[in-house]
Amino acid sequence: MNDVLAAIFSINTLAAMIRMATPIALAAMGGTFSERSGVINIGLEGMILTGAFAGVAGSYYTGNPWVGVLFAVIFGSLVAGIFAVFTVKFKANHVVAGVGLNIFALGLTTWLMQVLWGGRGVSPNVNGLPRVSIPVLDKVPVVNKLITNQSPLVYIMFALIIGGWFLLFKTPLGLRIRMTGERPEAADTLGINVSRVKYFSVILSGALSGLGGAYLSLGYLNMFSRNMSAGRGYMALAANIFGQWNPLGGLGASFLFSFSEAVQLRLQSINLNIANELIQMIPYAITIIVLAGAVIKSRPPEALGEHYGTEE
Amino acid sequence: MKKVSRLWNWLKDLSGLTELVYSLFAIVFALIIGAILIYLSGHDALEAYYYLFFGAFGNIYNLAQTLLKSIPLIFTGLAVAIGFQSGLFNIGIEGQLYWGAFTTAVVVVSLPGLSGYLLIPIALFAGALAGGIWGAFPGYLKAKTGAHEVITTIMLNYVGILATTFLLKNFFKAPGPVDQTKGIPMQARIPELFPNTRLTWSLFIGIAVIILVKYLFSNTSLGYDLQAVGANTSAAEYGGISVSRVTVLTMTISGAVAALAGSTIVLGVLHRFITNFSPGYGFTGIAVAVLGRNKPEGVLAAALLFGALDAGKVSMQLFTNIPGDLITVVQGLVILLVAAPSLIRLFSSTFGRGRELIASE
Repeated sequence: MNDVLAAIFSINTLAAMIRMATPIALAAMGGTFSERSGVINIGLEGMILTGAFAGVAGSYYTGNPWVGVLFAVIFGSLVAGIFAVFTVKFKANHVVAGVGLNIFALGLTTWLMQVLWGGRGVSPNVNGLPRVSIPVLDKVPVVNKLITNQSPLVYIMFALIIGGWFLLFKTPLGLRIRMTGERPEAADTLGINVSRVKYFSVILSGALSGLGGAYLSLGYLNMFSRNMSAGRGYMALAANIFGQWNPLGGLGASFLFSFSEAVQLRLQSINLNIANELIQMIPYAITIIVLAGAVIKSRPPEALGEHYGTEE
Repeated sequence: MKKVSRLWNWLKDLSGLTELVYSLFAIVFALIIGAILIYLSGHDALEAYYYLFFGAFGNIYNLAQTLLKSIPLIFTGLAVAIGFQSGLFNIGIEGQLYWGAFTTAVVVVSLPGLSGYLLIPIALFAGALAGGIWGAFPGYLKAKTGAHEVITTIMLNYVGILATTFLLKNFFKAPGPVDQTKGIPMQARIPELFPNTRLTWSLFIGIAVIILVKYLFSNTSLGYDLQAVGANTSAAEYGGISVSRVTVLTMTISGAVAALAGSTIVLGVLHRFITNFSPGYGFTGIAVAVLGRNKPEGVLAAALLFGALDAGKVSMQLFTNIPGDLITVVQGLVILLVAAPSLIRLFSSTFGRGRELIASE
């Protein structure tokens, strides 16, 4: 029993939790911005996948992983831009367009992979991001074990989440975004350009998801594989809802999902005499239990999923 | 020319047909973008589409493959559509169809002596029941605790696939390296429609379920309640409909229909339950439902289209060396375009105006 507890609450498990939470938390904040402006974003999955692919392609052709990260952000924003044109300008049903975007991104990345590199399974290895430590933090006990020698994108993620929270709740732009998602007609009356706010928020969600994708492909594997996002976009959407459409809540929910995933992986590695399938169920079961038992009731933005305005 | 014009107006007046026209526009437009991509990657688009078409409709065998690949999509698409009609997004189809497949296989291997006329219906019913229960669970959670069905059904996909794998490995595994049940007896296999095509009578089970669901939507009070909740939850509640009850029932029916995708594959194609047998029928089902606009007949048409594309891309890849994933791009584009009717309307109005000019000359 002690073995089990030690496995669960070890520093390694927590460090793994932070690693695994990074792409989900980034995309979850993307979902938060998009949905706070009123656009349901099922397309996070496709945006992560596009980012992961563009990251590897950028690093492959320039040899510089940071160019890859830049590519990931640009192409994540680009597919999000397409999604925004469909949902905002052409008033496409958000869920339907999101599903379409995910299928489109899966097909396009798998196809391009074969066109560029010949294989359908994995890309060639490329230069990945280095591991770094933060000078002051690596002297602080416990903390140093958690977040030293991590990918730089882990630190960037923390900074972006705090920045995103500040932007959404403490700045005029954040107020405009929230107002657009809650009462678009009131926002319009006050002179807020509803469409522009939505474009901004959706494209931001693509940039963040693309960055999350870059973390997947350049963070520690240094290659792209088919369907690399593997459902993380849906997890991110869940984390966003669970985190009450708040970047900090989304980070917390991402931690919860990733913690149970990390525990599950640790438990599989020690011989417990329990079938692996049952251990693998733990993260999903915990999510369901927490969600069903949570006292907090999820309340989405008032005008989420609706279209506003007469332009076509 | 006047006749053509009158015919066109008559066609436009028919409700539903306009949507069909939009969908056809979307398909053609997506195929054009696909052709551009094929051209850019250095291949001949016409040749590619010839083999795509040939692979889907070229001869009886290919046509049978199109229909064969449509069958699971009929069930999964319909299952998603039922959820959508009631405002529920059931992404849990994959888990539900695994329960259906597993339960069907276990029931059949447990009752080997029974005649096929009894065994096949019992096995299908057992599969649907298992999927229905698996679907009812997130419905119940939503109704009782407000747990968002998008999250719970995604999680239950993983749990369902892992649970059936666990049960298989520990209780029902046939000897050998592969994680599968033993083969089901001959009399329990759904017979083939044409020899050596693997296309079975499951196709008609699918069509029958389409008709049943259409009847449910248009002729029953449950179907009315279900759609009322989907159209406006608070209005339905105010009108005396128990939203909780409808939510649980919708998810049960959706799960049961999803399960039949797995059950018919076990009885008609694989003849056993194998772990990880589904290449994502549940997720393609979402695409089929949205393309079919959540209507039973629309789902049938969309499933046939996706089946044709899936069958055709095999021959396209074989004869032209163009990766079949390009067709996935086309499928994604079709859905994006169908989602945006105003975009298609923009095109068709331009097209329509041009045609009227010709007609007036």
